[in-house]
Amino acid sequence: MDLQWMAWTLPTALFFTGIASMLVLMTVWELVSPTVEAKGFLPMRTTRGDRLFIGLLGSAFIHLGWLAATDAALWGALGVSLVWTAFVIRFG
Amino acid sequence: MDKVQDNRAWFLIIPVFLIVAFSAILPLMTVVNYSVQEIFGPGQTLFVGTEWFGKVLADDRLHDALFRQIIYSLAVLAIEIPLGIVIALGMPGGRSAKTSLTLVLLALPLLIPFNVVGTIWQIFGRGDIGLAGATFRALGINYNYTSSPLDAWLTVLVMDVWHWTSLVALLAYAGLQSIPPAFYQAAKIDGASKWAVFRYIQLPKMRGVLVIAILLRFMDSFMIYTEPFVLTGGGPGNSTTFLSQYLTQMAVGQFDIGRAAAFSIIYFLIVLLFSFVFYTIITNTGSGEKK
Repeated sequence: MDLQWMAWTLPTALFFTGIASMLVLMTVWELVSPTVEAKGFLPMRTTRGDRLFIGLLGSAFIHLGWLAATDAALWGALGVSLVWTAFVIRFG
Repeated sequence: MDKVQDNRAWFLIIPVFLIVAFSAILPLMTVVNYSVQEIFGPGQTLFVGTEWFGKVLADDRLHDALFRQIIYSLAVLAIEIPLGIVIALGMPGGRSAKTSLTLVLLALPLLIPFNVVGTIWQIFGRGDIGLAGATFRALGINYNYTSSPLDAWLTVLVMDVWHWTSLVALLAYAGLQSIPPAFYQAAKIDGASKWAVFRYIQLPKMRGVLVIAILLRFMDSFMIYTEPFVLTGGGPGNSTTFLSQYLTQMAVGQFDIGRAAAFSIIYFLIVLLFSFVFYTIITNTGSGEKK
């Protein structure tokens, strides 16, 4: 199948592979051990999927904020995002 | 009694999933791919990393358009949601000719295509041939939406209220109709005031439909394009240029596809964030009362 119209690049392919892997892993995790709604530091009860979504959405804004605020490489934003997502999933 | 677990119903959503994949997910992935490249033409691209995102984030015109957009959407919600609820509360209930007539009249603005709504209001507001414009002129009010930013804003807002309040009213009405009469009888026995009935019976029962109304009106108003484009063309100056119009200028007017793609993703993330926050607030408000 010719996917040239989608203008794929290696970094975006890796990005989407990462997202797809997360969804697959979350599905497997859900089948092995179903999620239970919990209340952490977030102001509402959340499932594991909710917390992953909040973590990823927050990560997107962390990257945008990093780009707007500094010329430093985005690896820093990635590091902050990983910490943020892990924190939300564990304590959110 | 134990429920029988059968997940085969999930197969029924496969057609919807395929349609969404082809109409939304694949195009969105393509936009992400475009956003990191300079697009010269089909198959002629150059990887530029996050350069477009940096440029878009530093764009003052985009900041202005975003600010205008947020003010506009908040104004739309602040007017249309309470007004829609008030209209729904005043509508006749039960099955009667009056009810049917009210529903049809309310649905009329929703049936008019967006560009026709823009044209109607463009003519309606003109001082020489429009009813509203001529009336203002006769009253000595200096109203001109083509030269005054305030008049342009008011006209675009009133046009949106005219076009979409019906949707909120119809949704709120559907919510009100689902309340069993026993609730009202119990309230009457308790001697509840009209306000108490609204606050503790009608409003909580309308919460589900109001979530949908707020989300729909927020997302639609945040992505508004056609009506202001036809009515004011984004002017005077840039005073009614909202995000989607600025995006269209970038993508179609300047054929700056990579930059427009980066802008689209930021736009999408903002809509996603606001919708998530609204949804979470509304679905959690009063959830403690149920338990």
